[in-house]
This record gives sequence, structure tokens and C-alpha cells, in this order.
Amino acid sequence: MMKNREHRLTFFLLIPVVLVLVAYVLYPSLRTFFESLQSDGGLTLSNYQDFFSQESKTNLEALWNSVYISVLSVVASGLIGIPLALIFNRYQFPGRGLFATAAIMPIVLPSLVGVMAFMFLYGESGLIPNLVKDLFGLKEVPFQIGGVSGILIVHAYTMYVYFYMMVSAAIGKIDPSLEEAASNLGASKFKVFWKVTFPLMTPAIVGASLLVFMISMASFSAPFLLAGGYRVLSLQIYFSKINGDMEIAATQSVILSVVSIGFLLLMRWYQNRKDYRMASKGIGAHRSEVKNPVMKWVMAAVGVIGVIILLLPHFTILLLSLVPDGTWTFQTYPSTFNFENFRLLFEDPNIFKPLKNSLVLAVIATAGNLVFGVIASYVLVKRKFVGKSFIDILVMIPWALPATVIGMNLVFAFNEKSIFSFGQILVGTFWILPLAYFIRHIPLVVRSTNAVLEQLDDSIEEASRSLGAKWFYTFRKVILPIIMPGVLSGTLLAFVESVGEFPTSVLLYTISNRPISIEIMNQLRMFNMGQAAAYGMIQITLIALVLLISNKFFGVKAERSLT
Amino acid sequence: MASIKIENVQKAFGKTIAVDQLNLEIKDGEFFTFLGPSGCGKTTTLRMIAGFYYPTKGVVRFGDKDMTRVPPEKRNTGMVFQNYALFPHMTVFENAAFGLRVRKVPGAELKKRVQDVLQKVRLDQYSDRQVSQLSGGQQQRVALARALVIEPEILLLDEPLSNLDAKLRDEMRSEILRLQREYKITTIYVTHDQAEALSMSDRIAVFNYGVCHQVGTPSDIYNAPVNDFVAGFIGESNLLPARVEDMNQEKLSVGLVDSSNEMRLVVHNNPLNVKGDLTIGDSGLVTSIRPEAITVHRNDTGGENVFKGSVERVEFFGSTINVSARINQVLLQANMLNNGAGGFKVGEDVWVELPAAHIRVLPVVSGDSL
Repeated sequence: MMKNREHRLTFFLLIPVVLVLVAYVLYPSLRTFFESLQSDGGLTLSNYQDFFSQESKTNLEALWNSVYISVLSVVASGLIGIPLALIFNRYQFPGRGLFATAAIMPIVLPSLVGVMAFMFLYGESGLIPNLVKDLFGLKEVPFQIGGVSGILIVHAYTMYVYFYMMVSAAIGKIDPSLEEAASNLGASKFKVFWKVTFPLMTPAIVGASLLVFMISMASFSAPFLLAGGYRVLSLQIYFSKINGDMEIAATQSVILSVVSIGFLLLMRWYQNRKDYRMASKGIGAHRSEVKNPVMKWVMAAVGVIGVIILLLPHFTILLLSLVPDGTWTFQTYPSTFNFENFRLLFEDPNIFKPLKNSLVLAVIATAGNLVFGVIASYVLVKRKFVGKSFIDILVMIPWALPATVIGMNLVFAFNEKSIFSFGQILVGTFWILPLAYFIRHIPLVVRSTNAVLEQLDDSIEEASRSLGAKWFYTFRKVILPIIMPGVLSGTLLAFVESVGEFPTSVLLYTISNRPISIEIMNQLRMFNMGQAAAYGMIQITLIALVLLISNKFFGVKAERSLT
Repeated sequence: MASIKIENVQKAFGKTIAVDQLNLEIKDGEFFTFLGPSGCGKTTTLRMIAGFYYPTKGVVRFGDKDMTRVPPEKRNTGMVFQNYALFPHMTVFENAAFGLRVRKVPGAELKKRVQDVLQKVRLDQYSDRQVSQLSGGQQQRVALARALVIEPEILLLDEPLSNLDAKLRDEMRSEILRLQREYKITTIYVTHDQAEALSMSDRIAVFNYGVCHQVGTPSDIYNAPVNDFVAGFIGESNLLPARVEDMNQEKLSVGLVDSSNEMRLVVHNNPLNVKGDLTIGDSGLVTSIRPEAITVHRNDTGGENVFKGSVERVEFFGSTINVSARINQVLLQANMLNNGAGGFKVGEDVWVELPAAHIRVLPVVSGDSL
């Protein structure tokens, strides 16, 4: 019977999807929750009581600090990202295209490498403060970043991109005739903006705010390197784990997860409520030429300065990577530049090993993401079954959960034998890191695949079937080739993110299998800036390559799947 | 080649019944059209024949074979989709060759057959093009070629011309007919465009709200509609609520409900003009008369079914003229050939003649068509 055949197919495709999600997403989360209820051998809520009533208030303080920093990050990112989106999408002036591309450059900086760049640029012995000091003959550096301000600046720099991309997309979707209609009805330019344009942008702004809040709550690398004594929740989890306070780490993880998932649900609810669909199709770009020549060049000049500020961290990493270790000690500025660090990286097996480890781990994880992502996405988009929204939520959970929590979940789930690890203890073995990277990037690959599959009209599959092709033939010869560009661009992005992944790595790595991000941390501790920067440069190059390949060859804006 | 039998088919989606109690027999080699407004069940029926849906009740047969539950890939039907559904990653040649590759047709034969079919649809020049480089009409022809090359038993066309502009539509209409006659293939054509249906089909099935109202040749459907829906949907018609006031063996006298019984029409009492058995006092009926059957006179000509009224609107179309005339409360539309005698003026008194032979008394099935 045909209906049964189709149902059977859906069922067979669902089995691996559900198994993977239950085993590696649901079970570890529940395991952590269970752990947080453990105290003195019994099940109680006492860990939560401690969290909220502890005398030292460290945990509450950390939670409050996390929220505080996240709110400020949202404000700062919005203040940069929204105006930039408006200017670049609404005005035409010299160099606009270049600036618009440069505006997403912070994404090309892996979080740990970005923080490192900021330390060298604006930290106590940073290049910029010292440059200012020398230029103006000051006795001390005029400013330096660190603590809260440091975290905030790094957050604003990396997270404004979410505002920029989401608001840009919203502006691109606004039909110019809506504004023309408003003008035609007699509204002034100011009124058109506040009554038509801005309301149409609000869903994107709110969406970006919630997203940045979530990312900022989960942020690990910036506080890790910059916080000093300042406590934030994501970092507290790490410290609790290092100190062996596993029940406290579990409790902190659960609370951070609740906040994050709460925001995810809020975001989904809001997006479903406020979704303005534009009635018209095929909207062309609509930019007004800046006519005033002074204004034109002022904007271009501001643009150039903006680009320099945006790219300074990248150049700093490049510069540092060319400074051989040991040649820049007490001097204010480095003096020797060569490719020694890169030579060592590829010739010294000890220095090359972390890079190789990262690549191997990322390849394994990403291969898993590719296979899982395609099957899961196909089932979710093209098949009907009961419980779809449940699977949908499971797929999105790793996106909502802070990386630190995912790391802790794996610690709790797989530091003992379980059926999901085939009776093995995974923590402390090679396999725990690829598993962590895989879980982290499930949502990214599934979402980017969903986007292309939703574009694919059902009649394409039906045409193939009616021409006599069985389902598997259709899937191989028709569906896969069509969606491959979109799928690959998402997968490549997952790959480079895996190569640079820090928060889960730091919780789960083993000495023999340490990835590149851990080695960067080690090199920084040993003040081998050059070597650390060389690792960073490799990552930057990889990410830039991936974005370029996606754009040129697949015609996909891969960075879009990050939002 | 095959005939198709649809026996007592019902298709429900949850609680909504999309198609109900459908019985159709489509003959071998016939060009058969499903006609109806959107959501009437015509595409659902087509998809049940293609195998994408499977009936909740009833049987679908090709010839004598029960195909009700055969999956789409084993039906050997060629389907042309509304949006063409061409494979975007393949060339024109590869698109057309797809069905043959699935059937593992050897290379040389495959090449020959694809080239033949591309020639038939006049696309042999374009075989190496990507489909995205083609115009709408060309894409349409690729879709046709792709469906025809597998030598299907049945060709299924789902509103194939709806995405084309008017001129191309005319061209493709004759192209499809030409290919259908050439391949002598049983063809089912789904459309909501009555002009397409009337001009192309051997027979038409008229659908509304999941029910097939009438099956017949284009002239049957147009000249002898079975109810008010068919009369109103196919072509223009003056549909006037009516009641049987008097009748004998030869004639019927019907009063128009809207005219407070002031207007009575004489209708011939025979199966062509009266649908079903009627008795005096029957209501829930409409009289249907085509605008082109009505004549408008400047003088009182006398005789049957001539009424005095005044011109309310005149529309000039060149070859024809539409005149709307009001008789008491009844507004009638007449469509007359432009004989060069000069038009009617709004407000002018006229005598409207409704020839008894062209009036049909029909049952009312749809409340909203009036």
C-alpha cells in the first residue's frame, strides 16, 4: 500500500534522527539536570537553595553580572549595527560595497583569536594605548581595556554584526513602494521613517536583540581572557568543574540553560507573532545617491576609518604572527618580522600537532553534521509525521544552550558507561571532542539545509517519481545535487567553527588530543604571542576561504546561517 | 495507451472532503479536461491518477488494471506540472533523458529518443542549455518533452499554460494538441480556463466543491448545461430565478421570481430546454439564456417572450456589442454582432426578445452563483 510505503520510509529516516537527538542532546541535558538535584546522596533542591541564598552570593552575583553585560552588549551592538545597516542599505556613496563587505569581517574572527587581538591592541601593553602614549609623550598609557569594559568592547565588536545582518535583511525586504506610498499620501521624510520604515524593521531589531542577549549570556572566550576577577555565570561553570564541584557546576548549567532557552522561546514566540510578509515580489535595491559632495566624501572617509577599526584586529593577528617568539620582550613595538612562526608551525611536529588534531576532529564532526543534517532536515521539511515540533525543538536546543553547558552535559552523560556510548566511557578519550563539535553544530547545518529544502518545490520530487524514479534514486540524483550548494556552505561553516571551538574544548580536551584553541591558550600563557597568532592566522584564513567559496561557487551567503 | 476508470472515488484530507463520489471513464486516446474554479477538486483528482494521492475510497483503473495503490513511479504516466518542475541542475537534454535513464535505456537509443522528442517540441537547438536560460514557453516544452519521451500510457497536464502570457498560451495550446494527436496519447488536462477547455478537449468534466457536475463534449457543456453552476461557469449566461406557473406537453410558462410575477417566459417543454421532470408550482429553478441568444429591437416586434425595457449600459467590443437592458427589476445582458447599424443609447426604450428555443430551465445547485 502506497501510504504505508511512504510512512515506512519516513519512519526509517526518523529512527537515526531521533536516536542521535535523544542520545546526544536530550539525555545529556537530563543527566545534568539530574546531577543538579543530587546532594548528599539524595534528590533535593538544596543545590538551588544554595545558589540563591549562599552567603558569599558569588553565584547570584555571577548571574547578575551575566545579565548586566548581556543587556549592555545588546545596547552597544544595536547602536553600532542598526545605523550601519541603514547607511549601507539606503545610501549610495563611494566605496559603499567595500564597506558593506568589511562590516561583516568580525565574523571572520574566531572568538578566542578575536579576544587575543583585542588584548594586544588595546590591553595594558597594547599597541594602540602605547602608540597614543608615545605620540603625545604621556607618562602612562591613556587607556586600556580589561574587565567589564574589555568584555563589552569585544562583545560590541563581534555582535553588532548580528544587528547589521538582520536589519539589513529586513531593509532589503521592505518594498520601496511602501515608502513611496507614504510620501504620496503626504508624510514627511521623518514621518515616513518613523511610521513606515522603522516599524517594519522592529521585528529584525527585536530578533537581533534577543539573539545577542543569548550569545552574550553564553559568551565564554571574552570573560575567560579578560574578566580578571569579574564573575560571569558561563565562567563560573568552568571554575566549578575545575574545582571538582560537580553538583554546583550542574546547578549553574541548569540555571544558565533556563535563561537561554527562555530567551529562545521568547524569540520564537515573537517571530511568529510579528512576521510582516511583504505582499510584493522581486524587490530591487533602492538606495538614494548622496548628492551633496561634502557629505559624500565625509561618509566615505568615515567609512574608511570604520573599516580600519574593523580590520585592525585581523591585521594585528597577522602582524603578531610575523613576529618570531623571543624577539619582542621589553620593547614597546616589535622589530623583527619573518615567517619563522609559520615555518615552525608546519615543520615542528609538536607545534603542528594541535592544528592537525583540530582538522581531524573537525572533519569527523562535520562529516557527521553533513549526514545527520541532510537526513534530519529532509524529514523535517518534506515529510509529515506526528511529533515534528518536538524534533524541531530538540534540533534547536544545542543552538540555545551555551557551549559551556553542552560541554558539561557531555561530562555528566559520558563520564560513565552508557548505552549511548556503546558501553564506553567517552570522557578522556579521543571521541568526546568530535561528539561535542558535532552536537554544537547540529542546528547550523540543519538550518542551512532547511533553507534550501524549503525553496525546493515538492513538484520537483514528484516529477522525478512520476518519471519512474524510486525515492532513493530521486534523492540521490535530484534532491541532493540541487540542495548541495546550500548544504555545503552550512557544513563548511560548521567545519571552521569546529576548528576554532574553544568553550567545549577547554572542558573536554585530553593532552594527547588538544586542539588548536587549547594550544593558543597555552602559548598565550607562555607569552608565545607569535605562535598563538600564527594559529589564529590559519583559522582566519580558513574562515575567509570558506565564506569566499560559499559566495563565489555556491552563490550562498553562508554567514546568514549564523543568525 | 490506456483508458482510465475512476469508480466511486472519494478523497478526504482530515475532515475536508476534496473529491466526493466521483465516477469517470476516460477513453483511450481521448483529450479529456477537468474544468473548474480553484479548490474544486480537479487537481486532487489528477494527483490521484498520477499516484501522489491515494483515494480514501474507491478505485482507479488504467484499462482493467487496478492502479489505486500503485506508487507514482510504477504508473508510467507523464506529468507536466504547473510550474514545470524542471530539474534546475540539469541541461535540457538531461531533463528530457531523466525518465529514460531511470529505465536504464542504453546510451545510443536514449540519445536518439531524446533527440527525437526535442525535435518534436522544436528544442533540438537548445539541448545543451541550462533550463534556467530558457523562456517560459521553452521551459514548458522541455516539461512536455520530458513527459512524452518515456512513452507514457497517460499524459497528465496540470494547468500547464497558467504561467504563460496570452500570446504564448495560444501557441502552446496548439502545440500541445498537435503533440497529443501525433502521439495519440490519453491525455488529462486540468484547467480553470474555459476557453482552453472548450477549444482543446474531446470531452470535459466540470467540477465544483469536489463534485463533478457534468461530463460531455464542449458543445454539450456549453449548449446543454445541466445546472446553474455549469451554465454560469462556462461562458456568460443570464441566470434568473424562476418558478413553473403553467405547463402542457409542448410548452412551459415560467414566472421570474425577481419580477414579482410580471414577467412570464414561454419555454419549450423538451429535454433540451428543460432539465428534469417538473410540475406546476416547482421553484428553486433558474432560467438560463446566453447573451448571444437575446436580440434587442428598437420597435415592438410582437410575438413570444418580447418585453419592453430600457437600456442601462452599452459596452462596445468591436465585433460585438453588449447591451444591458432593464425590464422591471430584471437586468438582462444581450450580446449582439456589430452590424454597423449604430449603437444603442443609455436610457433608450427597447424591446428585448428571448427566443424560447434558447431558454433552458435548470435546477439550482449553487447558492453563490446567482
